[in-house]
Amino acid sequence: MDLYEYQAKDLFAAHGVPVLPGAVASNPEEARAAAEEIGGQVVVKAQVKTGGRGKAGGVKLAQDPAEAQEKAEAILGLDIKGHVTRRVLVTEASDIAQEYYFSFLLDRANRTFLAMASAEGGMEIEQLAHERPEALAKVAVDPIAGVDKATATAILTQGGFPAEIREQAAEVVVKLWETFVAEDATLVEVNPLVRDPQDRIVALDGKVTLDGNAAFRHPEHEQLVDTQAEDPLEAKAKAKDLNYVKLDGEVGIIGNGAGLVMSTLDVVAYAGQRHGGVKPANFLDIGGGASAEVMAAGLDVILGDPAVKSVFVNVFGGITACDAVATGIVEALKILGDEATKPLVVRLDGNNVEEGRAILDRANHPLVTQVDTMDNAADKAAQLAAAGA
Amino acid sequence: MAIFLNENSKIIVQGLTGSEGTKHATKMLAAGSNIVGGVNARKAGQTVTIGGQELTVYGTVEEAMKATGADTSVIFVPPKFAKDAVIEAIDAEIGLAVVITEGIPVHDSAYFWAHAVAKGNKTRIIGPNCPGVISPGKSNAGIIPANITGPGHIGLVSKSGTLTYQMMYELRDIGFTTAVGIGGDPVIGTTHIDALQAFEADPDTKVIVMIGEIGGDAEERAADYIKANVTKPVVGYVAGFTAPEGKTMGHAGAIVSGSSGTAQAKKEALEAAGVKVGKTPTETAELARELYKAL
Repeated sequence: MDLYEYQAKDLFAAHGVPVLPGAVASNPEEARAAAEEIGGQVVVKAQVKTGGRGKAGGVKLAQDPAEAQEKAEAILGLDIKGHVTRRVLVTEASDIAQEYYFSFLLDRANRTFLAMASAEGGMEIEQLAHERPEALAKVAVDPIAGVDKATATAILTQGGFPAEIREQAAEVVVKLWETFVAEDATLVEVNPLVRDPQDRIVALDGKVTLDGNAAFRHPEHEQLVDTQAEDPLEAKAKAKDLNYVKLDGEVGIIGNGAGLVMSTLDVVAYAGQRHGGVKPANFLDIGGGASAEVMAAGLDVILGDPAVKSVFVNVFGGITACDAVATGIVEALKILGDEATKPLVVRLDGNNVEEGRAILDRANHPLVTQVDTMDNAADKAAQLAAAGA
Repeated sequence: MAIFLNENSKIIVQGLTGSEGTKHATKMLAAGSNIVGGVNARKAGQTVTIGGQELTVYGTVEEAMKATGADTSVIFVPPKFAKDAVIEAIDAEIGLAVVITEGIPVHDSAYFWAHAVAKGNKTRIIGPNCPGVISPGKSNAGIIPANITGPGHIGLVSKSGTLTYQMMYELRDIGFTTAVGIGGDPVIGTTHIDALQAFEADPDTKVIVMIGEIGGDAEERAADYIKANVTKPVVGYVAGFTAPEGKTMGHAGAIVSGSSGTAQAKKEALEAAGVKVGKTPTETAELARELYKAL
């Protein structure tokens, strides 16, 4: 889960990383109140989970509370790369002497963590890595040894941080590492990390990604989920414990196993090229179980998407038995009754496939078509979607 | 021959007495796996009967190895306890640890991987979040259904469980030396490259099928490895061409971030290394079959 800047900064503050005073506001009046509370010049920043806010007009300086209100009014509702701004962060305006870059992240290729540091902060990190790779230090971090002050100082030295502030900056880096570990983050990025005229080091921005697998030891992370920004269908699926991702096509997809479902989306997209360009409408992995309840819940979510014109159920029975899946489909259609209105193409293979296909044959449901192979079934589902569109 | 696992492998199950452990140990035994015991500190000394076989539960992996000569552990313990279970297997220096558990925090996986490296990599880790490894007709360590197909000459390495099953089914007429599910997490032990290296060295493996998916750059690195080191024919498949950026597709590691980790980039890298890449699992299987028949 990616966090908003204000959420990242809250975590920073909780772990002792210096941030500027600020408050989040969801309307112009709240922004004004926040500016009054802070006093003096403030910065009003769009809270969106994407980069390039400044260029898009999402970050503005305001001299007083009235101007803060005005700027917030302009920024709220702004569409930044497809992300609608629902909140702004109002913070103290800072005096900046120098801007640096610092991050901890997961290094998949080397199966460890990585620290990245540069004395040239402020610009987009991809741009810096591309244009001035020598200015960006990348240092592997041993997950067992972690980062103490000596390690932090060594990283900052490699990143070209000026000697006179390395001490202060190293203290901040140790606290960022503590944030990274304690919060089970896969990314903690500060860009820019700034030095003010008094040589204090402050995290002026913050980007944090949390590991969903670690949710069991962080019940408090649940409240960081922005339910307002969630797709309603995704929220509905999540409430039913379904692994669902909304896409913008017409063929609803249900399958078992993440890899097979991803593959199903691709196969449907290829088939769609022959049938008016229809595309997959979603990712939905029902996993190993595929009981009637899970199947009904999955179909319910998918049929709740008005864009869906046909549904492709693609199951390979590994652990799951196809007869159980077939029974699940039949029962699910009974549960849904009149709410099931779109044609279903079902492809079953693997464990107990003969029994499974026989169950669907006997049920002889008018909406259900069985097709033997994945490629042909995808073609049929795409054809039906194109016909229904 | 086979890779990583064969008829001589002596298997213990960490988490044998849990529901998943018991269920899959039963299936593994039915497939002919030589399971010699289980591990659960709280049930040490007890005996359980699984699939008609009496199995002793030991307090630690080390004890189990001493008593039984086990060289392989299959780990089914829940995510919360998985890190300690894997570290225990590493400390006991067991040869192979297959981590089936899904949902392990990546900080835990990075930690036990660093621990394995610090201990000199004496334990091969497969997974986590994987279906395990099967050498059909010889042994099965994990949850891959043993009844899909039998022994043959294809070597398969895959990030995905169900695509492993699908591919084994598609190529059931030829059969497999070994199929390895390496898992869909961002940090995994055994990689595509490790399996490619082992298949290249295995005389019975004639054709290698490699299944990848979006996220990371493991497929790109495997492509470089194939170009430099693999002489056997390799066929590839990559899932996730239609996955949108920034959304996790089921597997924790299956995510396109910015321009990195895309299926297209992986396909291009593999093709540049001389690997034939299928558009669908069926087409991929057909490419493998053609190459096998042409040998």
